[in-house]
Amino acid sequence: MKTPENLKYGKTDEWVKMDGNIATIGISDYAQDQLSDIVYVEFNKDVDEAVKKDEVLSTIESVKAAGDVISPVSGKVLEVNEGLSDKPELLNDDPYEKGWVCKVEISIPAEYDALMSAKEYESYCAGRH
Amino acid sequence: MFIPHTEFERQEMLKVIGKDSLESLFSDIPEKYRFPKLDLPPALSEMEALQELTELADANNSCDELICFLGAGAYNHYVPAAVDMLLRCGDFFTAYTPYQPEISQGTLQAIFEFQSLIANLTGMEVSNASHYDGATACAEACISAYHHFRGKRTKILISPALHPHYSDTIHTYLGAIDKIEIADKSENIQIDSPQFLVEQVNENTALVIIQYPDFLGRIMDFTNLGKAVHDAGALLAVAVNPIALGLLKPPSEFGADFVVGEGQPLGIPMSFGGPYLGFFATRNELIRKISGRIVGETIDGKGNRGYVLTLTAREQHIRREKATSNICTNQALMALAATIYMSLLGKSGLRKVAELCYQKAHYAAEQIAKIPGYKVNKDWVFFNEFVVEYPADPKIINDFLLHEGVLGGLDLGDYYPEEKNKVLFAVTEKITRGDIDILTNLLQEVGND
Amino acid sequence: MTEPTVYELSSPGRIGIRFPETDVPQQKLPEKFLRNELPLPELSELDVVRHFTHLSQLNYSIDQGFYPLGSCTMKYNPRINEITARLPGFLNTHPLQPLETIQGNLAVMYLLQEWLKEITGFHSVSLQPAAGAHGELVGGLIMRAFHKSRKDNKRTKILVPDSAHGTNPATSSMAGFEPVNLPSDKRGNIDLDQLKSLCDETIAGLMLTNPNTLGLFEENVLEVINIVHNVGGLVYGDGANLNALLGITKPGDLGFDILHINLHKTFSTPHGGGGPGSGPVAVTKCLASFLPDPLVGIMEEGTADLPPLYGFIKPEHSIGRVKAFHGHFGVIVRALTYVLMNGAEGLRDVAKYAVLNANYLMVILKKVYTLPYDRTCKHEFVLEGVWDELPDIHALDVAKRLMDYGIHPPTNYFPLIVKEALMIEPTETESKKTLDEFARVMLQIAKEAHENPELLHEAPHNTPVGRLDEVKAARDLVLCCWRPEND
Repeated sequence: MKTPENLKYGKTDEWVKMDGNIATIGISDYAQDQLSDIVYVEFNKDVDEAVKKDEVLSTIESVKAAGDVISPVSGKVLEVNEGLSDKPELLNDDPYEKGWVCKVEISIPAEYDALMSAKEYESYCAGRH
Repeated sequence: MFIPHTEFERQEMLKVIGKDSLESLFSDIPEKYRFPKLDLPPALSEMEALQELTELADANNSCDELICFLGAGAYNHYVPAAVDMLLRCGDFFTAYTPYQPEISQGTLQAIFEFQSLIANLTGMEVSNASHYDGATACAEACISAYHHFRGKRTKILISPALHPHYSDTIHTYLGAIDKIEIADKSENIQIDSPQFLVEQVNENTALVIIQYPDFLGRIMDFTNLGKAVHDAGALLAVAVNPIALGLLKPPSEFGADFVVGEGQPLGIPMSFGGPYLGFFATRNELIRKISGRIVGETIDGKGNRGYVLTLTAREQHIRREKATSNICTNQALMALAATIYMSLLGKSGLRKVAELCYQKAHYAAEQIAKIPGYKVNKDWVFFNEFVVEYPADPKIINDFLLHEGVLGGLDLGDYYPEEKNKVLFAVTEKITRGDIDILTNLLQEVGND
Repeated sequence: MTEPTVYELSSPGRIGIRFPETDVPQQKLPEKFLRNELPLPELSELDVVRHFTHLSQLNYSIDQGFYPLGSCTMKYNPRINEITARLPGFLNTHPLQPLETIQGNLAVMYLLQEWLKEITGFHSVSLQPAAGAHGELVGGLIMRAFHKSRKDNKRTKILVPDSAHGTNPATSSMAGFEPVNLPSDKRGNIDLDQLKSLCDETIAGLMLTNPNTLGLFEENVLEVINIVHNVGGLVYGDGANLNALLGITKPGDLGFDILHINLHKTFSTPHGGGGPGSGPVAVTKCLASFLPDPLVGIMEEGTADLPPLYGFIKPEHSIGRVKAFHGHFGVIVRALTYVLMNGAEGLRDVAKYAVLNANYLMVILKKVYTLPYDRTCKHEFVLEGVWDELPDIHALDVAKRLMDYGIHPPTNYFPLIVKEALMIEPTETESKKTLDEFARVMLQIAKEAHENPELLHEAPHNTPVGRLDEVKAARDLVLCCWRPEND
């Protein structure tokens, strides 16, 4: 499992990259592996829509499963990765770069601080079934 | 007789399990409630069972004996011999749901063909593998529309001229979602429903659902309604009679987003109301918003074409509480019947049946309108169902018809109090000119009293 | 080996069936509403018969072989059912005919209502729901209506065991409730402590499958039901596994408030490749007034010479209709035929032998497959299709390899609480010979898994098509036949 150091992680397998007060959000390598071949991505929030922590940003479908991308932060949605509609496999192939899901302008920095570091996330995943 | 075990085999098997009796396998059932008496009649042999059921069947007066002018969502169409004969094939009817596609290509390809035929018949781009019936297909359309807008639009607008069983079903299904407001009140089922609906569409409307031809048999121009619905950003669902589509413009031409309906007229016997066949077609971009099984085409490792259930992540076994519907079955065998029927009739055959229905219905309407005391609205454009206003209580007139071997039309007064003495007649390709003449003679006779 | 589609077989101008010319004067067609094109195929009757015969030959079916599908009860579908359902007196009746002309149909429905009540121990039965999931929805809506009628608005949740079928949580949502997960304990029963801690006045009820999806009878069923009743909740029984209980115990006696029945499982009506089914719902006296409208009832009692006069009754506080007309009458006739031919003792034998068959297989197969819950099972049991020492073999591989031996795989990946689950339900209509052959094949496959795993990974080899690319099917959606106009 790849777990880049420069990102923080949520218990429901999202990663967050901060740039100023803009959070780019995606799903971890562990998550895409669990879902296996992803076939469809649905965005539950529109651009400019407000989002609260723990709301569903997006639903990801594979052949055998469906998973929700739960927002680790609150704020306003700036951008969604439309490219995933045509090429959902980007989530499997490149979950941390090209497979980004959503960009949110955050309103509560403390929420980002509370997320897990790469090491913490790795130990967390190791303890799961 | 269906349990093959011999005495010897039972004992052998018990030995292997290490138990001494079948009863001992049930020691975990609370003793007080174990092995209750079942008060059922003694078991019959096959011969006796057949006899008993034959007696029950004979206690009916079927449409083999009676000339049937009843419609209202179930129709007495001709079912070609090949349809039922193919349906009797054990490899179709004793097969399971095609979850293991490698050994279910027969069922899967038949459903794929069903989807294609329905999509083409309705003028839409895709279709699912079917719903229980036309009524539940309508209800599922409402639910899909509500979830499509993620709960931001809460009004469902139902045409007053939608089949009352269909609107009842929608009410039952949507009753559990408190936020939804269903608008279907109108003073009078006969009002011009497209205009009535246009006036009610607004930016809170998720779905408008209409019937074509409608419950009274009328064909209406829904072009303006389709435009109004889309201008308001809402969705349009149209419930159709598939035989009518052998002749009439498909709803895609006036902006339908969902086309649903009852497939019973397509080679399925009336069978006292079921099992029937709901169909559901839509545009490509909405396919993920609808419930129900869907079959897709793909290839195997050697490049052979094959079919599989697809888009399964929408369904209950994966989404569980987040699925938009709990639907687990489709009506596979009935969909197969419809597929065989549509393949057998084909382009020209379905058109022919539709035309025959149209011709005979219009002749009947014309002849009835000539009888003093009986009224038929000449302005209404209709397919094969029309409303007759009787000179007296339909119970009396229909009773008389029945005693002479004719099933009169449906008493609309039972469904709409303001439609007193109005009766809905249906005419299919099975009705002959002679049948219509018998009807008109009888109506004349009883009308004179 | 690919069978062309009806469109590929089509030839312009071919006719499949002739209809008579019109015998009435020609009527003017409504020009404005006529369609221009009708894109249906054109085939001869022989084309159609051959095509669908070829398709049937690509299917596996109960008529061909064994279907050890847990939770599906793939028992033999008696041929006589096909005759009785097609009796013209039944087949050619319109659902809205005057009551005096369809007394036979109403008698059929009334009898099945009564007998299902007797078999399951309830007060009233509705035959309207079209399938098990449909019956579940009715159950959920009845729960909702019941609590609402008592102005009890706090009840927003339904408890759903972690072993439950996917329809259970989906149904809860559809009925306006929030499903709450209820864990099982190590013996495969409901965890009583968890149940007690979750039960409060916000619980509308519990959805319970008994025997559960592990094939195990809920050992504390009376207490479970009591706990839920004590907080004012209702207990809904998912009757998918009723085959194990016919004549053995009545869910109504155990305290269930609502039960749905799957006629296409327990009562031998055919699966048809995915429907039609039928999902009657049985309820206790205090819930009877909420059943769907209409029920069949007796309007006038019969006498020595005359049968009763049957009619339709609207339950006083009915949740309404859940479909058009009365229910899947054709399926109802088949189920009635089955009950007539079995009688009480016959039905009890169904359960006894279903359970005998399952335990027999379980005892043999647990020697080679992991059996996570080692208890006397009822009509089905669950194995793990995986071995610790073989990380590359999954239940899917075992399933696919079974097809090479001419046997339909068991239910895969369900219930969720067993990893790589293989759920096996032989049913009572399979002989010891068939079971022995199945056991032999399963042991053989276990051997192959250890010695020659490629045979499993590349399976199936002997079927009309090999493993199909489901990812491609979902990514490159092709949901309709190719037609020449498409290019």
